[in-house]
Amino acid sequence: MAFFRTLFKTRGEAVSFACFALLILVILPLALPVFRLNLVGKYLSYGFVGIGLVLLWGRCGILSLGQGVFFGLGGYCMAMFLKLEASDPVTTAIQSTPGIPDFMDWNQLTALPKFWEPFHSFPFTVLAIFVVPGLVAFLIGWAMFRRRVGGVYFAIITQAIALILSLGIDGNQGYTGGRNGITDLRTLMGWDIRSEHAQQVLYFICVLLLLGSALFAKYIINTRFGRVLMAVRDQEERVRFSGYDVAMIRTFTFTVAAMLAGLGGALFVLQVGFMSPSLIGIVPSIELVIFAAVGGRLSVVGAMVGCLLVNFSKSAFSEAYPDLWLYLMGGTFIAVVMFFPDGLAGLFTKWGTIKNRAAALLARFRPASATTPNASQPAK
Amino acid sequence: MSTPKDYVLEVEDLGVSFDGFKAVDGFNFYLDANTVHVIIGPNGAGKTTVLDLICGKTKATSGTVKFKGKEMRGMREYCIVRAGIGRKFQNPSIYENLTVLENLEISHPAGRGIFGCLLFRRTPAIQQQIESTAAQIGLQDKLDTEAGILSHGQKQWLEIGMLLMQEPEIIMLDEPVAGMSVRERTETAALIRRISANRSVIVIEHDMEFVREIADRVTVMHLGQILSEGSMETVSADPKVIEVYIGH
Repeated sequence: MAFFRTLFKTRGEAVSFACFALLILVILPLALPVFRLNLVGKYLSYGFVGIGLVLLWGRCGILSLGQGVFFGLGGYCMAMFLKLEASDPVTTAIQSTPGIPDFMDWNQLTALPKFWEPFHSFPFTVLAIFVVPGLVAFLIGWAMFRRRVGGVYFAIITQAIALILSLGIDGNQGYTGGRNGITDLRTLMGWDIRSEHAQQVLYFICVLLLLGSALFAKYIINTRFGRVLMAVRDQEERVRFSGYDVAMIRTFTFTVAAMLAGLGGALFVLQVGFMSPSLIGIVPSIELVIFAAVGGRLSVVGAMVGCLLVNFSKSAFSEAYPDLWLYLMGGTFIAVVMFFPDGLAGLFTKWGTIKNRAAALLARFRPASATTPNASQPAK
Repeated sequence: MSTPKDYVLEVEDLGVSFDGFKAVDGFNFYLDANTVHVIIGPNGAGKTTVLDLICGKTKATSGTVKFKGKEMRGMREYCIVRAGIGRKFQNPSIYENLTVLENLEISHPAGRGIFGCLLFRRTPAIQQQIESTAAQIGLQDKLDTEAGILSHGQKQWLEIGMLLMQEPEIIMLDEPVAGMSVRERTETAALIRRISANRSVIVIEHDMEFVREIADRVTVMHLGQILSEGSMETVSADPKVIEVYIGH
């Protein structure tokens, strides 16, 4: 019970989480055909990044415009494993060097590069999905937060890193698949991930991991660490002079957010079947921030809802007005920041406060004799 | 001369220059155990800078800061705090969105590391320390009040309480009674006397009446250097001090 209370501070939080879980776990799988459900699964894989952004941006006040980097690193780890499996010597017998991924063969590579070797192993790949984004984030975070780089500068540097990584992948076609990305992924340890059944199973794996990650984030937020995070955001100096290592706290949060993003990337690849640099550059990284902003950067459930909502409208609008979509999304972002900075979840909470205030105001105008006995003796 | 061990804090030849401007220069300062030592001086004398240098917020360019014989200069801020030097800022810096209880709890030294934070539980011992600290700063009835709606004076006390939670051996207060009412000043003076029973307190203050009430020892600063030092009587009789204060 105490643990439950650590996860959900108010009944409202528990109810909203339960509603969201019901929606993605039961209602959507029953209501949607597999093709649409697979799309939802793709959107939900962005939800992992959203949860990370709630911790990093909403709670700790660090805006990262480079979360696509970690999403991409996790995704590429998964894609490399799947690509190696898809490139067995029999299937690739017509290549001049059979047994290596097709794009390497096109680029006149004659042997598998050394850094690809470990990705023959599934346990290593699973580990790498967390460790690679986590390690990169830790090094970037440590270097920057130790020097007290923050705010706009941090956002710009992370954006530059997103650009560097996407260009780096783009420019090394032989090693990374270049602009096309890593495509034509087929099986996961012999299991065909393109079949309808596999897509349904993967959807549920994605949903369960997402809900698990959400609970993990909620746990962090409601412990002392969560309070320290907000304290760092609002009163950095005070926290430092209460004996906390502020740089380490920020680095840790950045690392956790990156690991979550990496997991999201891996699940994206499993459900969509490819990975390319177009998913990790500047624009996608900013899009990820918009998802969280629209849903509510302070609320874990809000950020996940934001990912679904923005992506649904994206697919609806971009089918009808492909040219206008980017403007519409930019406009939405500006509107959200200006009019409801805490996103949809913020509106929800605010509505509750307004109702309470209105009730309190009404109570004040009622005659005193009518209200006091009711308040003190509800049994009457 | 006494041996170094007699002092809680020994500051020798401390100096810092900002682009050639020497904000603090050749500053010597010895702090006895269980005393209230007040630093006074006109605006721009370098009083706050001295506190910044001691607690590591500003890096000194020369000199030594020895706490119980151990060099503090060059250590990171949070390490200096963990060693036992607490610092209160001029404007009340408290966590407005948290309750008084949470403000005090977050300042408790248990669980300052990442995993300590994640696994922190409020034990009965900590609860008791929170309650006794709250009683000391007169906020025992406000434990569940959001800190943001406290009065200005109560916020200042809360921040002092947050320092007390760390059980530091030295507490540094930067103008603790600025903006307080007369009654709040009296209570703050009593509070400072109380907390100096088992620790040393360095206070920066402008208000002479208040200084007279709390100070065991006074250091007068002027233009980054020490002008005079001693008891309140000696200092206020010093012609150099009178000249600086009246000639200003």
